[in-house]
Amino acid sequence: MINRLKHMNPVFLVLLLLFVAIAILSPYFLQPAGYMNFFKRAAPIAILAVGQLYVINSGGFDLSAGALVTLTVIGSSILLDGDASATWWVITAMLAVGVVVGTVNALVVSWLKVPSIIATLGMMITLGGVALTWSGGAPRGYLPENFRFFGRYLIKDLPVIKILPVAVIVMVVICAAMWWLMHRTNYGKRLVAMGDNPKAAMLAGVPLTQTRVVAFVMSSVSAVIAGILLGGFAGVSTDVGVGLELQAITAAVIGGAQLLGGRGTVGATIAGALVLQAMFTLLNILGFPKPIRDVVQGLILISAVVIAGYRRRRSGG
Amino acid sequence: MTGDIAFEMKDITKTFPGIKALDSVSFAARAGEVHALVGENGAGKSTLMKVLSGVYQADGGQTFLFGKKVRFSHPLESLAQGVSVIYQEFSLLPDRTVAENIFLGREPTLRWGVLDSHRMRTETQDVLALFGDRHQFEPDTLVGELDVAQQQMVEIAKALSLNARVIVMDEPTAALNDTECELLFQLVDDLRTQGRSIVYITHRMREIRRLADRVTVIKDGKVAASFDDVPETAQIVEAMVGRDIGHFYPDPANPDEVGEVILAVRNGGNDRLFDINLDLRAGHITGFAGVQGAGRTALALALFGADPFDRGEVTIDGQPATLTSPRQAAKAGIAMLPGDRKADGLVLMQSVRDNGMLSARAFSPALGHPDKTPISTLDQMDRAFDAFDLRAASYEAEIQSLSGGNQQKAIVARWLSLKPKVLIFVEPTRGIDVNTKAGIYAQMRELAQAGAAVMAISSDLPEVLGISDRVLVMSDGKIVAEFGHGVSEAEVMHAATEAHLELEAS
Amino acid sequence: MKRFGRKNLSALAPFLLLLVAIAIYVAVAIITDQTQYLTVENLLGLLGRSIALGITAVGQTFAILIASIDLSVANLISVSAVLASAIMSGDPAMMLPAVVTVLVVGVVVGLINGLVITQFEVNPLIATLGMALVLQGLLSAAFNNFAGAVPDEFQTFAYGQVGGVSVSLLFLIGLTIAAWVFLRFTKPGSNIYSVGGNPEAAKLAGMRTTRVVITAHIICSVCATIAGLYLASRLQSGAPWIGRDGVYDLESIAVVVIGGTALSGGRGGVWGTLMGVMIFSLIDSIFNLAGVDAFAKQILRGVIIVAAVAVYAMRSRRIEA
Repeated sequence: MINRLKHMNPVFLVLLLLFVAIAILSPYFLQPAGYMNFFKRAAPIAILAVGQLYVINSGGFDLSAGALVTLTVIGSSILLDGDASATWWVITAMLAVGVVVGTVNALVVSWLKVPSIIATLGMMITLGGVALTWSGGAPRGYLPENFRFFGRYLIKDLPVIKILPVAVIVMVVICAAMWWLMHRTNYGKRLVAMGDNPKAAMLAGVPLTQTRVVAFVMSSVSAVIAGILLGGFAGVSTDVGVGLELQAITAAVIGGAQLLGGRGTVGATIAGALVLQAMFTLLNILGFPKPIRDVVQGLILISAVVIAGYRRRRSGG
Repeated sequence: MTGDIAFEMKDITKTFPGIKALDSVSFAARAGEVHALVGENGAGKSTLMKVLSGVYQADGGQTFLFGKKVRFSHPLESLAQGVSVIYQEFSLLPDRTVAENIFLGREPTLRWGVLDSHRMRTETQDVLALFGDRHQFEPDTLVGELDVAQQQMVEIAKALSLNARVIVMDEPTAALNDTECELLFQLVDDLRTQGRSIVYITHRMREIRRLADRVTVIKDGKVAASFDDVPETAQIVEAMVGRDIGHFYPDPANPDEVGEVILAVRNGGNDRLFDINLDLRAGHITGFAGVQGAGRTALALALFGADPFDRGEVTIDGQPATLTSPRQAAKAGIAMLPGDRKADGLVLMQSVRDNGMLSARAFSPALGHPDKTPISTLDQMDRAFDAFDLRAASYEAEIQSLSGGNQQKAIVARWLSLKPKVLIFVEPTRGIDVNTKAGIYAQMRELAQAGAAVMAISSDLPEVLGISDRVLVMSDGKIVAEFGHGVSEAEVMHAATEAHLELEAS
Repeated sequence: MKRFGRKNLSALAPFLLLLVAIAIYVAVAIITDQTQYLTVENLLGLLGRSIALGITAVGQTFAILIASIDLSVANLISVSAVLASAIMSGDPAMMLPAVVTVLVVGVVVGLINGLVITQFEVNPLIATLGMALVLQGLLSAAFNNFAGAVPDEFQTFAYGQVGGVSVSLLFLIGLTIAAWVFLRFTKPGSNIYSVGGNPEAAKLAGMRTTRVVITAHIICSVCATIAGLYLASRLQSGAPWIGRDGVYDLESIAVVVIGGTALSGGRGGVWGTLMGVMIFSLIDSIFNLAGVDAFAKQILRGVIIVAAVAVYAMRSRRIEA
C-alpha cells in the first residue's frame, strides 16, 4: 500500500490538497452547484489537454489548438447567426474543419519534415487570420440556444448531485473515449511507442504517418469540441481561445506527460487540467487579480518539468 | 628509430557493474613505434585506451607517462600531457572551419577576447604542412565539406597541434576506401618517423603487417599474447580466438533439416549493392562476412525494405515480393533484429511486455484490444518470455532496466509473434556478455530448425563462422565468395580482402 | 558523414529569397502602376518599419545558434516598454535610470532563462514559455493600460534622423554589425557556434558550455528589452499588450529561420536574420501594394513561415521533427 502510494502520480495528491483548500476557504464548493460549476468550467481545458496529450505522446506539440477554438466559436456564430435549425450541420462542419486542420498539421510534420512546433505555429497564425478575415475583426452573428446547450445547460432536480451540467457529461464522454483509445487499443500503444523511439517503432512495423495524423486530428477535434463548449457558456469573442494551447500543454505536463513523447496518461492529464483550474479558482477566492493566474501557471509549468525530471533521474530512468 | 618508453600501463583493472572489463592488463609503447592493439569486439581494447586518456579511471594498476606516474580524471588532463585519442566517432563540428575545429576550446585571442584568427590559420597551415601535399583542403575549409578520410586528417592534425606524443587511433580505417587507407598509412609512417608513439587499434591483419612494430592481443579483458615483432597472422588469430569453439556454438544443420528456398534475390542492387543473387533456405543459417562497409548491413536494410533495392527481383516462397518499407517486408514475412538495439530496436521507456507486443500491435486492427491481438495475446507473449528464460524484475518493468541479453530476447519474442519466414540478425550479440552469447546462438539454431531461414550478420568473424551453415563473403557491395560450415578465418579474410589486394596491385 | 556543400546553399538561400521577394515587389509595383514606391529610400524605409522585430530577431539568433529558443521575448518587450515609460513619466532626467533599470531586467530574465535550462535541464521551450507567462502575469497585474510617458527627447530613438537616415535604422544596423563582429571575431562568439553545433565535442574540449548557453540567453533578453525601449519611444508610452500584439516571439523565430540559422543550432548568423526581416517587410509591402486585406495577410504569413522552414528542413537532415 505504502509502495503503491510512492509510485502514485503526485498530481492526484496535489489535486486533493487543492480541493481541500478550496472547500475550507469557500464552503460553496461543497454544494453541488459549487463543484458542478467548477467541473463545467474545467471541461474545455480538460478536453483540450487530453487532445494535446495525443500529440505530446507522439513526440510533438500542437500550438494551433487555441486558435482553432477561436475559429470554432467565431465561425459557428457567423454561420448560425441565431438559426437554430442549422446547428447540427454547423457542428458537423466544424468537426470536419478539425479533421482537416489536424491532418494538415500531421502531414506537414511527416512529409515536409517541419518541426511540429513550427508547423502548428504556422497553423495558429493562419487560423487566426482566417478567423479575423471571416469576422472582419469583431464578433458577428450569434449562437442559437440549441448550440449553447452543450456549454450552458444544466440538468436539474437530480437525486444526490441535484444538478448536472451538460458540459460535464460531454467532458466525461469525450475523455472516456480518448482514454479508451490511448490506453485500451493497439493504436494507443503504437502512438506511445512512436513518441518513445520513432525509428524503433518504424522498424517494428508501426505506420508512423498514419499514427501521427490520428494524433493531430484528436487534438484538433478536441479543440473544436472545447470551442463548442466555450461558445456555450462564455459567448462569442475574438480572444476566447487565446493561450488555451499553453494551458493544455501545462495540464499535460502537470500530469507527468513527458515532452517529446513516450510517457503520459489520460487520467493524470485530466487531473493536471483540474489542478490548473483549481489553482485559478483558489487565486480567485484569495482575491488575486486575474493576471496572477499567468504567473502561477508559468511557475507550475516549469516546476512540473523540474520535478518530473528529478523523479526520473532518481528512479534511474 | 625506436626510442624510450612513451607510456606504460601496469596491471590495469577496471570493473563495470557485472563485468570485469580489464583484468590486470599491462601495456606499453615506445616513442617512434606503432604498437598494434588487437582483439575481438568487446575484448577491452577501447576500455584500456579510455583508461589511458582519463575517460575512465582504473580500479587498480598504475600508468606512467614518460617515466612519471599519472592518473587522469578527465581527457583534458591527458591531452595537456600529450596523449590524444582519435575515436571512430569524430568530435568535429561540421559547420566550422578546419582551423576552428583544430583550436576548439583553446582558441588564441588578442585583446578583449578577439580571436587571433591569423595565428589559428598559420598554425593550422604549419600542422597541415606535416602532411606534405596530401591534404587537399585549407584551414578555412568547412569540415562538413570534407570526406571521411580528410576529416580523419583533421583529427590527426588536432592531435599534432596539441603536440601529442602519444596518439591512439581506434580502428581508423573503418570507413575508408583503399586509396584513403594508403594515405592514412603514409601519415602513420610519418608520425612514427617524427618520434611519436602510436597505438593502432584494429582487427585487420593486413594493416598490422603494413604498419605495426609490435602487437598485443587482448581477449576477454586480459592480455592474451604480446609480440615484440609482427608474428605470423595465424599466431595473432589464434590468440584472438583462442576459445573452444566446439561447445560454444550449436551443431550445424543436418542436410535433411534444410528445406526449400524461402527468399530469393536475383540481380538485386541499389547505390550500395551490386548484382546480389541470393537464396535463403528454410532451416539454414546463412552468415555474412566482410570488412566494414562491404555491404552486409546494406543488404539487411535492403531485404527489410528500410533502404530497398532499386533493381532486380525478390521472391518469397516463389511469389514476387515488393519490399519498399519495413512494414511491407514484415508483412511479407521478413524480420530484422537490429544491431543497435537502443537506437533501432527498443522503445526504452515502455515495459518489457509493450516492447514484446509492439509488432503484434502494429499489425493488428488499430482499435483492437492491445493485450488480445489476433497475432498474439499478452499471455502468449509472457509464455514466450518464459520460454526464452527472459529475466526481469517484472514483465511490467521498463525495458531499459534489463541487461542487453534480456533486451535482445524481448525483441526476438516481438518478431516471433509475427511468425516470420526469414529472420535477419544484425550483430546479434553486440554488448552481450560471453555467457549469454551461447544462449542466443542456440536460439538462432532452434529458429532455423523450426523452419525459418536465418541470416546472421556480424563483425565478429568467429561468431559468423561458428553459427553459420554457409558463409557468404561480401566486398564492395557484392557477394564475392561462398563457403560451407567449417571454413577457416584465414580463408574468409582472404576472400574478404582479396578484391582490395587486387585493387592495390593494379 | 558525406561530402556536401551545405555551407554555400544555406548561406545563399536567404539572399536568393530576398532577391525573389524584391523581384516580386518590383513586379507588383509595376503591374499595379505604383512605381513611385520603387526607390532605395523606400526599400530602406521598409526595414525601418520592422526595427523592433529586427532588434528582437538579432537577439533570438543567439538563442537559436546555441540550439535553444526564447519564447519569452514578446512579453519581455511589453515589460520593458511599460517599465521604461512608467519610470520616465515624461521627465528627461529619468531617461538614464529607466534605460538602466530596463536593461538590468533584461539581464536578469536572460540569466534566469539560462539557469533554468542549464541547471534544471528544462526544455528551453517550456522554460521560456513559463517565463513568458510569469512576465505577462506580473505586468498585467500591475498595469492594465498605457502607463507613463516618454519625454520628447527619448522619442529621438524612434523618430530622430541623422543625415536623412533614421536613428533607429542606424541603431539596428549598428547592432547587427556589433553582433556579427562578436560572433565572427571573438572567442565568446566562436564558443556559441561550437556549443550549438556539438555540445559534446565542446564539453570534451574543455568548454564551459553552461556559461555559453547563459550568455546567449542574456544577449537575447537584452535585445528584447531594447526592442521594448524602441517601441516605448515610438508609441510615446508603453502598454502591457504591445509585445504580444506584435507576435514578436513567433515572428522573431520565423525570420531567424528564414535567414538561414538552423533550429538545431551551430549554423547561421545575424546578416541572414536581417535579410529574413527584410523578406518579411517586403512580403508585407507586397500585400499592401496588391491591396490584400490585413487579415488575409496574416493567413499568408502563417503559410509562408511553414513553407520557408520546410524548404530548409527538406534540405538539412539535421532538423528533427
